[in-house]
Amino acid sequence: MATQTKAIPNAPVAVRRSEGVWRDAWKRLRKNRLAIVGGFGVLLLAFAGIFGPMLAPHPYQVQDIAAVVANGNEPLPPFQDMNHPLGTDQLGRDLMSRLLDGAQVSLTVAMVVQLVVLFIGVPLGAIAGWVGGRLDTYLMRVTDIFYAFPDLLFIILMSVAFRETAFGRALNGVLLVFVAIGLTSWVTVARLVRGQLLSLKETEFVEAARAIGVNDRNIVTKHLLPNAIGPVIVAVTLGIPTAILAEATLAYLGIGVQPPRASWGTLINDGVNQIRVYPWLVLMPGTLIALSLMSFTFLGDGLRDALDPKLKGKQ
Amino acid sequence: MEEAVSLDLTPEEAARITREQGDRAGTKSKNLLTVRNLSTHFYTPDGVVTAVDDVNFELGHGETLGLVGESGCGKSVTALSLTRLVPDPPGKIVSGSVIFDGVDLLKLSEDGMRKLRGKEIGFIFQDPLTSLNPTLTIGFQIAEAIRQHMGLSKKASYNRVVELLSKVGIPKAKDRLGDYPHQFSGGMRQRVMIAIALSCDPKLILADEPTTALDVTIQAQILELISVLSDEFGTAVLLITHDLGIAAGMCDRVNVMYGGRIVETGNTDVIFDNPRMPYAWGLLDSLPRLDDLRSDRLRTIEGLPPLLINVPDACRFNPRCSFTRDVCREKEPELTARAEPGHFARCWATEPGGWIA
Amino acid sequence: MVGFIIRRVLWLIPVLFVVSLITFAFMHMVPGGPWSYEKQLNAGTINRLNAIYHLNDPIWQQYLTWLLGVLRFDFGPSFRYSDRTVNDILADGWLTTVHLGAMAFGLSVFVGIPLGIIGALGHNRLPDYVATAVSMVGIATPSFVLAILLIVIFSVGLDWFPSRGWKGPDTWVLPVVALSGYQIAQIARYTRASMLEVTRKDYVRTAHSKGIRNTAVVVRHMIRNALIPVITILGPILAFLVTGSFIIENFFGIPGIGRNYIAAIGGRDYSMIMATTIIYAFAVAFLNLIVDVMYAYIDPRIRYS
Repeated sequence: MATQTKAIPNAPVAVRRSEGVWRDAWKRLRKNRLAIVGGFGVLLLAFAGIFGPMLAPHPYQVQDIAAVVANGNEPLPPFQDMNHPLGTDQLGRDLMSRLLDGAQVSLTVAMVVQLVVLFIGVPLGAIAGWVGGRLDTYLMRVTDIFYAFPDLLFIILMSVAFRETAFGRALNGVLLVFVAIGLTSWVTVARLVRGQLLSLKETEFVEAARAIGVNDRNIVTKHLLPNAIGPVIVAVTLGIPTAILAEATLAYLGIGVQPPRASWGTLINDGVNQIRVYPWLVLMPGTLIALSLMSFTFLGDGLRDALDPKLKGKQ
Repeated sequence: MEEAVSLDLTPEEAARITREQGDRAGTKSKNLLTVRNLSTHFYTPDGVVTAVDDVNFELGHGETLGLVGESGCGKSVTALSLTRLVPDPPGKIVSGSVIFDGVDLLKLSEDGMRKLRGKEIGFIFQDPLTSLNPTLTIGFQIAEAIRQHMGLSKKASYNRVVELLSKVGIPKAKDRLGDYPHQFSGGMRQRVMIAIALSCDPKLILADEPTTALDVTIQAQILELISVLSDEFGTAVLLITHDLGIAAGMCDRVNVMYGGRIVETGNTDVIFDNPRMPYAWGLLDSLPRLDDLRSDRLRTIEGLPPLLINVPDACRFNPRCSFTRDVCREKEPELTARAEPGHFARCWATEPGGWIA
Repeated sequence: MVGFIIRRVLWLIPVLFVVSLITFAFMHMVPGGPWSYEKQLNAGTINRLNAIYHLNDPIWQQYLTWLLGVLRFDFGPSFRYSDRTVNDILADGWLTTVHLGAMAFGLSVFVGIPLGIIGALGHNRLPDYVATAVSMVGIATPSFVLAILLIVIFSVGLDWFPSRGWKGPDTWVLPVVALSGYQIAQIARYTRASMLEVTRKDYVRTAHSKGIRNTAVVVRHMIRNALIPVITILGPILAFLVTGSFIIENFFGIPGIGRNYIAAIGGRDYSMIMATTIIYAFAVAFLNLIVDVMYAYIDPRIRYS
């Protein structure tokens, strides 16, 4: 409720102003330094992912064999050649460009997976929570099954199964990856939304809305869902690191994003055998993965603390 | 309802307990608790909240004193300050003295204070559901203080627990020692809290809204219980409540608090017959009465409680008062005497020579 | 409580059934059979192999054959190793995998929980920063990256531990740490959050008001209550360990079940894939069940209701 109580005239004693839920949350978020740092990290990743490949010095798949040969048949280390500021891999491919391409892949996976999750999870959860009864029970059984299937196994199976198909080959395998990951992640959001709706359904303001004659669909979309959004936002933000991690793992295993596209996981896979000699090949993508995961986690934690002050660790 | 219980005390233990009770009975004349200039502030991102501002009062042995006021007036914080249970950060007791049985509690070491808590000063909290540990049996939770302070053996402690449970009116006490809080009803849980508070035979009990979370029918029982037990053991009670009816029924004297200050104090019958502060009038007037017509609207005090940050030097009730004049905005009134002995009020209007007779 | 357990156990059956169906469907959706990958075989050989392995039967029949076999604990012949059955391959490795998983679980719990508690008790001071920093690194590092780093530093660099194999305690260290890194961080974070929440509970204030010593309050009232919600995440933790173990086994050359898994997927060793998937799924479901039962038992509010 956003009400502003004016100070009573002639009163020397101030009266507190209350602000909206979102303003309060934003203020709390701003004060959380870790969350701000995380937020910056996320923005950087977004920037790199969206504009990176355009700004990259070379296309990510172009092999500059000449440079490698000139370097004694060894990949260039970072900061040696201004033409390849972060070095190259064994085939002469510019690492900065490949890292940026990897950023785009990671960003796409993160965003699109969450979109899939929202598209499936929110409606299903809302329906289950609102309608309740047997529909709810059946949907919950379905989610139980999805829950029971170990995530990584499912993703790998699905990736391998569809790898050769047209669907699997679309966009160098990126489409397959995020559908697979999305299918294992929607359950959490669905359960969240369902839980929120179940508890809010019985509240008095819903009774009031019904008494005025608001139809069911409007009650759900205009009254209940906005209240459920908070935890959903947190779950989505905290789900992104899991998605990025899953994608990197898949790429490392050789399943998932296919060459010549560069995912950070494939970069690590490429470089792992020569890690003692050319450690930067692994350390750079590894660090970027770590930084992305940390950024989203800080931000997600901050959002959770901001939206539900009861859970905060600090006063 | 009472079961025959054999207390497994050593003679020394029994003698000691008897002596302490005897001591208490004989010193009714001196004050048990003297609070002077107590101030507790909360340091928040929005500013410093002066939750308790220069509070003074006394409590005699075996006396029941009421601390009455609406939410946010500082009464709970006062009680917490007495035993130094204010969460720090963000709260801090910034000044004052709390003389309990001759000792200034605010100057004690933390360990010294801890030895008094539970033993000499018992606390009854408002919500018995959240105030009891859900994963420990109630028998254990009652015995905990006994074993900590009284040095009794395990067997003797649990015998005492059974005795206490019977005294607070829980049937089949011995069977219920191993039960968990969630297996009791709300009223029963509060009885358990009372048993905990009384477990080491304290001289003072701080009861913070002990019945607010309970059904009305149970409220009466619990209050009756507190009253009976405090009489029987000679325990002094500081009863905090926003409910005037409760204060009227239970207390010998009443302090009315507003905005972190005591604004009126006196014997119960005096305060209710002849209040001398507009806030008190508002409080009494707002109580619905049996002879009100159904069509009458409920009477309220207009406005909201003050925000206790950067409080200016003026009467804190002034924005909501119907009798205010310029002087009320310029300077805060002092707590000055009124007609009856022991009756003080903080109001320019009702002072001798003020504009309300 | 007993009814609760029985219902959960019974529920396992349809869940595993669906899991096996989905896995079976996926495997047969892939174009090309098990023979198209490795060797160049002539059509006649392929036909004979298909007949032996029943691959020409209608799909539903293949599934039923497999299902009936499973109920007799016979997972069928391996498609890749013509002289071995899946049971043989599994028998070789399952104990190792369980060993690895159990040690990783132990490490996760016995490091993660104290780390979280220390962080919460030293809130906003040095212990908290250390605990939070360690957790952050753990969360942000995928297990394979951690494995790589550990090998580079401790195996290649310092030569303290070998980087492959599973014989003797010094081969256990690196894989177990690599596998548990993420879990330690998760448990620590969750424990810390739970402890911080408990700190503000009313019953902690009651305990203080009784004059109980601080250590007793922390142990009896705070840690006890804080650990109960932590049990709920042990289920997913175990699941993560189960599924993460095969990456680690692959990486460190540990002869468990998981090492063969990836190869089996690539080589379309159908029966191996089915068997491993079902076993992993069963392990996850079973472990989750144990965790849920433990939770119901430990929380008195559920046990006595």
